[in-house]
Amino acid sequence: MNEFIKLLKKAPPTAIFGMVVITIYVIVAIFAPFVAPFSETEIVGDQFELWGDPYILGTDNLGRDMLSRLIFGARNTVGIALITTAFAFLVGCFFGLLAATLGGWVDQLLGRIVDVMMAIPTLVFALLLLTIFGTSVTTLVLVIGILYSTSVFRLARAVSMNVVVLDFVEVAKLRGEGLLYIIRHEILPNILPPLVAEFGLRFCFVFLFISALSFLGLGLQPPTADWGSMVRENATLITFGDITPLVPAAAIALLTVAVNFVVDWFLHLTSGLKD
Amino acid sequence: MHAILTMIIQRLGLGLITLIAVSFIMSVAIEFLPGDLAQEVLGQSATPETVAAFRAELGLDRAFHTRYFEWLGNVLTGDLGTSLANQREISELLGTRLYNTLFLASIAAAISVPIAITLGVLAALYRNSLYDRLVNIFTLSTISTPEFFVAYILILWFSVTVRIFPSISDIGPDLGFWEHVYRSMLPALTLTLVVIAHMMRMTRAAIINLLASPYIEMATLKGVPRRDVIIRHALPNALAPIINVVVLNLAYLIVGVVVVEVVFVYPGLGQLLVDSVSKRDMPVVQACCLVFAITYILLNLTADILSILSNPRLLHPR
Repeated sequence: MNEFIKLLKKAPPTAIFGMVVITIYVIVAIFAPFVAPFSETEIVGDQFELWGDPYILGTDNLGRDMLSRLIFGARNTVGIALITTAFAFLVGCFFGLLAATLGGWVDQLLGRIVDVMMAIPTLVFALLLLTIFGTSVTTLVLVIGILYSTSVFRLARAVSMNVVVLDFVEVAKLRGEGLLYIIRHEILPNILPPLVAEFGLRFCFVFLFISALSFLGLGLQPPTADWGSMVRENATLITFGDITPLVPAAAIALLTVAVNFVVDWFLHLTSGLKD
Repeated sequence: MHAILTMIIQRLGLGLITLIAVSFIMSVAIEFLPGDLAQEVLGQSATPETVAAFRAELGLDRAFHTRYFEWLGNVLTGDLGTSLANQREISELLGTRLYNTLFLASIAAAISVPIAITLGVLAALYRNSLYDRLVNIFTLSTISTPEFFVAYILILWFSVTVRIFPSISDIGPDLGFWEHVYRSMLPALTLTLVVIAHMMRMTRAAIINLLASPYIEMATLKGVPRRDVIIRHALPNALAPIINVVVLNLAYLIVGVVVVEVVFVYPGLGQLLVDSVSKRDMPVVQACCLVFAITYILLNLTADILSILSNPRLLHPR
């Protein structure tokens, strides 16, 4: 714990900024019902009311409180992006480690499948799949998770390739340990740092991707408060010089910048580079 | 020369195989269309007969392999089928849309590529200076922002505060070249801001990577000025990764325009795709995806071939 605090003290200002922002987002997301002045979907006033009392950021196109929706949006948008990223990592890491440990035709087969999947642009692939399966939260998580697991697969496979050939893995194999034991106890702990950094970066991509889909009206469906669709719903205000629709977009940007800063610092720490 | 030719043929073959795999995946995906789709598209008044006719039109009443080869044959002869939503020929629908999208992507590329490479070389030249750090922070922020955020900020500045450019790209068929450029300026600028960061960072990284190699040290030691070291000695060897990232970003420009096209109501392929997805107009979605996939694969192929040509050592992998 002490070492951790020492490490924090040495963190560059950008990383500290990032961590503070992420903490605030997490707190707001968890305690959304207590922080928000109004409910997520309740119509409380007229359409497009201006900033002021009692609606701090005004109201949206249906007369719902902007600030409250922004706060609940933290929960919905960030939450779904987190679940999706976690799912992508579960799938990608499992198959990546499997391919690296088993090698041979399993490796070849999985590698070729991933090659083909990566040859199709993610957005196009996602749109194709969403046309077919419809746009519920579950399909969203599954489709995007699987699409993003391809790059996780490549990374997990590449980094564990270097570990698989080491002596202690050989020893574990000779000892007669099972495949899952070798993956979990011998390989996984040794490839964790790059995977953690990748998690941060992938989270940003997934988060931006889901926001873009929601913005296109193909992601989270109304009346759920979600930052991407909030921009879309209130976009007409821009042409009147009102910046309200930019607030949720800025919330998206701020979080991704923050995560990027922290990941940069983390990569710097684990790469062993000294200034 | 012989080795290069074999390489190109090999890559083309690989691209073709990928393309066939892609078309196969798309056809398999259609197999999973939910049964109530016909109902949804045709509306409440659908009778069992119209539903059956609808399924016949999608080819869902035939075995998978017959349908797949039939579709493949039709596509190869240029027949992409008709739209479910308005019964128009898809090939007709795609033509102008594809042209518009390519037009937008070319403008964005013409602006972004020179700027990105210049900025990247400068950042490598003045590494760790204030300029380098500023560019770094700026690019990191543009990478992290959603495209629609950039787009709306540009609209706010250039078409609301100062009325220079239109916020909606009203592109008609008989528009002069410069008028077309003018009306697509804001979407092109948005795209530029989105792709420039990636290209610039890769250029910088590629050059800095090389700066540690012995021949650069040699050049420095014999007294070559730093600017010449970077432009004459490092840049030619850094070309392979730079070309690669430039072409990949061009691929992104063509495919990633979807969001930008929707913001500016630009009549391109991306907007057609999004419209068709929300209408669940399967044949159009399929055709759009195919066109996007072909472009993407072709550009990836070009990136591969160009980077090998610029660095003959890659011809002999060890």
